Amino acid sequence: MSAQPLVSVKGLSKRFGEGEAAATVLHDITLDLEQGELYALLGPSGSGKSTLLTILGTLLRPSGGSHIMLGQDLNAASDRERTRFRSVHIGFVFQFHHLLPDLTAVENVMMPAAAAAGKESAAMRSRASDLLNAVGLADRRDYRPAALSGGQRQRVAVARALMNAPELVLADEPTGNLDRDSAMQVMALIERVNRETGTCFLISTHDERIAEHCRRRIALEDGHLA
Amino acid sequence: MRYALKIALRHLAATPGQSALLMLGVAMGVSVFIFMSALIGGLATLLTARTVGNIPHIVFEMRERDPRPLVAGAQVQMAVQKDLSRRAQIRVWEPAVRLIDATPGITAVSPQIRGGAFLQRGQAIVSVGVVGTQPDKLSAIADVGRAIVAGQAALPPDGVLVGQTLADDLGLRIGQIVRMRSERGRDRNVRIGGIFSLGMANVDRQVVYMNFHAARALFDLPSGISRIEVKVAPAQAAPRLADRLRRATGLKTTPWTDENEQLFEALDAQGRTGTIIKGFALVTIVIGIASAMLLSIVRRRAEIGIMRAMGASRRLVLGIFVLEGTLIGTIGAVGGALLAWLALAPFPPIEAVPPGGLPVDRAQGDYLVAILLTALAAIFASLLSARRATRIDPVEAIGQ
Repeated sequence: MSAQPLVSVKGLSKRFGEGEAAATVLHDITLDLEQGELYALLGPSGSGKSTLLTILGTLLRPSGGSHIMLGQDLNAASDRERTRFRSVHIGFVFQFHHLLPDLTAVENVMMPAAAAAGKESAAMRSRASDLLNAVGLADRRDYRPAALSGGQRQRVAVARALMNAPELVLADEPTGNLDRDSAMQVMALIERVNRETGTCFLISTHDERIAEHCRRRIALEDGHLA
Repeated sequence: MRYALKIALRHLAATPGQSALLMLGVAMGVSVFIFMSALIGGLATLLTARTVGNIPHIVFEMRERDPRPLVAGAQVQMAVQKDLSRRAQIRVWEPAVRLIDATPGITAVSPQIRGGAFLQRGQAIVSVGVVGTQPDKLSAIADVGRAIVAGQAALPPDGVLVGQTLADDLGLRIGQIVRMRSERGRDRNVRIGGIFSLGMANVDRQVVYMNFHAARALFDLPSGISRIEVKVAPAQAAPRLADRLRRATGLKTTPWTDENEQLFEALDAQGRTGTIIKGFALVTIVIGIASAMLLSIVRRRAEIGIMRAMGASRRLVLGIFVLEGTLIGTIGAVGGALLAWLALAPFPPIEAVPPGGLPVDRAQGDYLVAILLTALAAIFASLLSARRATRIDPVEAIGQ
């Protein structure tokens, strides 16, 4: 592990709405994420897990506090810079796979790189194929999402998150929509990728069995670090 | 843009029935556009051809010789007496005819002697207008040769050609001799050599064609002529040529357009009506494509959100939906143009349109204009809706 954390947030808060209708979802969050680590973000529904993930993923700006990743102050960055940063350094896995239904598995995996470059390339296709091979879906590369099982779709989603070789993958309830066997397969995959590539994963879950696969834990309760 | 194009094509291929229906809608709009262009253009061509087909495009006559006042100004009261002391005629006409004939754009020249006369058969006396023309110029202005329904299109010194209605009114037959008295009081017997039907009521009822030299004697014009009639190509060039030749010959010139202003007003109104209909067709296309794109964007809201979350720029998202709408518009426009081309094929050319038939001119279909305008309309409509796609918040769209 390097001396400088991959992500550093200090005094992070998020408030939705204005005046009396305002609701503060995150309060004074201060935490560091280290490179190569595997974190579980635990907490009951409504504790602010998803909000924290979207802020760390630069999809949402915090109401206060600082957010630094790879030495860059992301709160000070423009929307365009944040989009560019996100495409290069952050991957996402969602509870629902959110694969594009009109693209094949390999094209879905390629999407983050192709969308950033504005075109597909042989190198992208080759890397996407390697990633599908790594998640055990080499024989499903030309299948559309509708032809894949739930577990297979989520494995494609993991491969997609890794396409741009990001330093951080944010996974929001990645197994929440899967049966137990598929959930365990996906978690085993995440552990292996984390171990082999050194990619940092932050996995939001309220399932203790999923959290057991992670080396580090962050707990949220009513928007506060527990 | 290559990636945007790929995604746009995948969107279209994902719902082939809906995409085909949208393109068909655009194609129908474009077909209406093209059909209206072909119909209005064809109608204008037909009306113009039928109007100018049998009339002179420019008439040359002697300028009026009314005295010109030497004193100008508002303080002087004066009366100008019309000069009727001399006959209106072009005395030195042969050089003028040569000059006119040598002018580019002039297709036919016919020097004529004209006058009024009475045609008498038995107790019936009918007033007619006599056109004295050189025999080889008989069909130069009105195609009398093709309009002959009896006898021959020839003008021997003693022969005349009369219209069908006049012949019916007087019970004239080929070879019959009738008496003619000119406005100058000269009499002569003429033989009916042919009967024509030009389809113009006043001409078929009142005009008599006569040999040029016979008319000279009948109207007491030993050397001059009454007028020179010419045809030009294209007919629309008549005003410009008339102006130019007026200055060159010193004669009074009257282009056909001066006496057919109503036709131009009608053609103009017709053209504007067509433009409005074509405009509505384009507006329908814009609304159709914009609503289809909006529906597509609403349906693909989560996909747009996920792409944005994965780092796709707003520009890429905009590009995808603009290309999608543009593809629908352009493919529909090309298909519509092809459809219109095929649908217009059975219509006969304008010159062969039967009475009561639709004068649709396939060549005036404005195919490229229709395709170009539709493509532009599609881009505009797509931009309107695609801007909404770029404003989608990935967090809300993904529902996380």
